[in-house]
Amino acid sequence: MDLAQITGEVGAIGYGLAAIGPGIGVGIIFAAYIQSTARQPESARMTQPFLWIGFAVVEALALLGIAFGFVFAGD
Amino acid sequence: MRGPTTDGLASGRVSAAQEPHFPPEVEENFFLPGLVEGSFPWLTKITLLVWLAVGLLIVYFLWAYRRPQLVPTKRQWMAESLYGFVRNRMAGDLIGHEGLRFAPYFTTLFCFLLLTNLFSIIPGIQISPNSHIAFPIVLAVISYVLFIWVGVRRHGFLAYFKQALLPPAPWFILPILMPIELFSTFIVRPVTLALRLFANMFAGHMILLVFTLGGFAMLNATALLAPVSVVSWLLTIALTLLEALIAVLQAYIFVILTASYVQGALAEEH
Repeated sequence: MDLAQITGEVGAIGYGLAAIGPGIGVGIIFAAYIQSTARQPESARMTQPFLWIGFAVVEALALLGIAFGFVFAGD
Repeated sequence: MRGPTTDGLASGRVSAAQEPHFPPEVEENFFLPGLVEGSFPWLTKITLLVWLAVGLLIVYFLWAYRRPQLVPTKRQWMAESLYGFVRNRMAGDLIGHEGLRFAPYFTTLFCFLLLTNLFSIIPGIQISPNSHIAFPIVLAVISYVLFIWVGVRRHGFLAYFKQALLPPAPWFILPILMPIELFSTFIVRPVTLALRLFANMFAGHMILLVFTLGGFAMLNATALLAPVSVVSWLLTIALTLLEALIAVLQAYIFVILTASYVQGALAEEH
């Protein structure tokens, strides 16, 4: 016996939920870079590779969300 | 379902009389039809693009390095800057002196990825071969084999896996850490390398499709929505610029992560 049921494009809800984490993550990464540069401007060049690597790794999760939205779409 | 011989964007005009297919489908826009009717289904626009990228790279570097001079000409300087960037700032900074022998492969990889990623925004082409997961998978497998091979050659077969799987930690948590390291080093790395590149290119193409075709859908919908279609197209332009950034960034990330994995494999015992 079903207590509750959701029909329709549940994949869209899934992707919306999946976008929360990477959104916060990317924000934290860039905030860290901005703060560290503000404290010590000379370090900006040295930490820039880490900025981009961190961004790409976190963004990978967001894009997995988009891609798997199609994989799990079914029908 | 094979759509008409279009790929959504580069097909030409979508007139007001022809209903644009919105929301864009994966099949129609990514699984392109074979170019030769009735045979060679694998010979699609994507295949030609990969060959084009390879050909362009070979021709460019051969041309740029004809008659090299001590004081470089402009074209020589450009090619040297490209190679120097990858050699010094990627291989050299990350791996150190012994990383320099990987510089040719990393440069080739970087240039190939840069070119194929930029294909996604070049007018007329407007799709990246990397939006088919096959190509990122092959490149990721090559990187995977590379860093394991380098590690095994440096340390020896068993010693390499000992170095890779046993982090410097107290003995009693090693039973928990070892499966995590195994999973993250030998399973997650190649999968995420391929998936990151593929998903970025796939999603980028999808986003441009959504905004472009959405504009046409709004144009054909009601008179009220027609002006909004212009906003949609302006956003498409902005997103194309974002796509350019993503294209360069993803090429850089793929190579720098490969370099980082090679560096991890070459690292001495903790």
